[in-house]
Amino acid sequence: MSYGAVPGFVAEKEAYGETTVVVERERLLEAARWFRDEAGFDFLADVAAADYLGWGGKGVAGYWGHRNGRDINAPGSWGLPRTPEAKPNRFSVSYHLLAIRQGAPRVRLQVWCDDGDAVPSVVPVWPTADWHEREAWDLMGIRFEGHPNLLRILLEDDWEGHPLRKDYPIGGEPVRFSGEE
Amino acid sequence: MAVVERAKIYEGTRIPSPIPTVLQVDPKLREEGDILRVNFGPNHPSTHGVLRLVVDLNGEHVEGLAAVIGYLHTGFEKSMEQKSYWKAITYPARIDYVSFQMNELVFVLAIEKLLEIEVPPKATWMRMLMSELTRLHSHLIWLGTSALEIGAISMLWYTFRERDAVLDLFEMVTGVRMHTRYFQAGGLAEDIPPGFAAECARFCDLMEKGIDDYETILDRNAIWLERTRGIGLLSAEDAIALGQSGPVLRASGVDWDLRKAAPYLAYDQVDFDVPVYPNGDVYDRYRVRMEEMRQSVRIVRQALEAMPDGPWIADDRKVVLPPRHELHTSMESLIHHFKLVTEGYLVPEGEVYVATESARGEMGCYLVSDGGSKPWRVKFRAPSFVALEATATCMRDALIADLIAIVGSLDSVMGEVDR
Repeated sequence: MSYGAVPGFVAEKEAYGETTVVVERERLLEAARWFRDEAGFDFLADVAAADYLGWGGKGVAGYWGHRNGRDINAPGSWGLPRTPEAKPNRFSVSYHLLAIRQGAPRVRLQVWCDDGDAVPSVVPVWPTADWHEREAWDLMGIRFEGHPNLLRILLEDDWEGHPLRKDYPIGGEPVRFSGEE
Repeated sequence: MAVVERAKIYEGTRIPSPIPTVLQVDPKLREEGDILRVNFGPNHPSTHGVLRLVVDLNGEHVEGLAAVIGYLHTGFEKSMEQKSYWKAITYPARIDYVSFQMNELVFVLAIEKLLEIEVPPKATWMRMLMSELTRLHSHLIWLGTSALEIGAISMLWYTFRERDAVLDLFEMVTGVRMHTRYFQAGGLAEDIPPGFAAECARFCDLMEKGIDDYETILDRNAIWLERTRGIGLLSAEDAIALGQSGPVLRASGVDWDLRKAAPYLAYDQVDFDVPVYPNGDVYDRYRVRMEEMRQSVRIVRQALEAMPDGPWIADDRKVVLPPRHELHTSMESLIHHFKLVTEGYLVPEGEVYVATESARGEMGCYLVSDGGSKPWRVKFRAPSFVALEATATCMRDALIADLIAIVGSLDSVMGEVDR
């Protein structure tokens, strides 16, 4: 099946037997409706956000006790086979869709955004996106426009930062109670 | 897979609006001032961990409900980004400490999909056998604790008797009882020990008798029926819209099992049925799980019968640890061992999403690799997390006493919810 007719279509990619359809961020809601109503993908399995800050370069996340952080992705002595393919923006948000019918077809609907960009919420299309989007907001800092209840879900309401971002250091959680207080 | 006989429990959807996961109190009721807000949890013996439910009560009727999660958030996904793949395999098992083998499986399958490595048939069949034992383990814990919460205290002692037998099998195969880390990228960590088939066959007999016992205790127990029938209703359409999977979806009348719909491992080579019940209530979820236990025993028996001979791990020295005895005689093996343990293996660049049918439903793993030896991003699609999204819909028109039965029937493990 070709997905050229998806509203806001940008690119289609086939890899490891999986189809990825990239759409324009602004027209995500239209594309989501198209997938649900025209293509029959009635089941949203997962919403996964990924941060590509430092992709292909040196790692940026810090490590315990190092002032400059530890290089977590330094190519080993084997060396990386090649520099990974460049990404269009910092964040990707992937919607893993499944059609509940014979053959269980799956497709990955993907949008790209930068820090601070708003991604349209797909809660009106798939109600299950509610908590998935809250989790992406909480841990990755993706702002979903039109979400009815975009609050932190796993961390406390007053948490600072979004820990799954690559620039959030390991061991970087604030100390709640210290001897000085 | 067609949807069989969709449940006609009520007209229209019951998913709350505008927030699908929060049941909001009717403002008129709130004005009358009879609403009492109660915190259920986070520390309550029947929340299967630390779940907090903010419940608005009008007398005994639940008028509003919001689930608050995150008390067990451990940052597994972030931690895994710092570890080489073969060290990261230890993490998924700890995410869901009740069906640990299946979480290990989904992560290992995702790595293997990126590596495009061929797994020997013995490993595939043993993985399937271990997964089904884990499903039994998970359902046994679910049955014991859920029945305990509704007052059938004796169930816990019966189910934990069989659960211990499952753990004994795990101990025999892997050396540890829980969090076994038995699945490796490429196959299994160790060969199947001698005598396992006989022990496992004995367990199958024990288990079948056990399921008969449970059904004798519960199936015609008036209190059990009273407390589970017609409670926590979820229609097929609502279940799909809320992303429900596994036993919860099948109890709502949807014939959907990834083992049948998109077979992985060797599930297309064994005979088993997918139990589907139409009513979408707590009782049907119980029935689905009981039937699933019988089917799991069936699969385990067939896997024992058909267990192929041969190697248990792929012969790829860039990914798989060399055999221990070679380390004393072969320089190359020693080098490979050292490189694999210190640096790990390189996984080709790409992104994959692998889904398996865990004890709770669709367990998915989204894995992004940049070509290095550490995962760039790991995201688990936790079926427990999604199951809790349905609490508000299931709790419509419920009484406070049903709350425990309903939350129990969704079978959430908080470790997996919060990750």
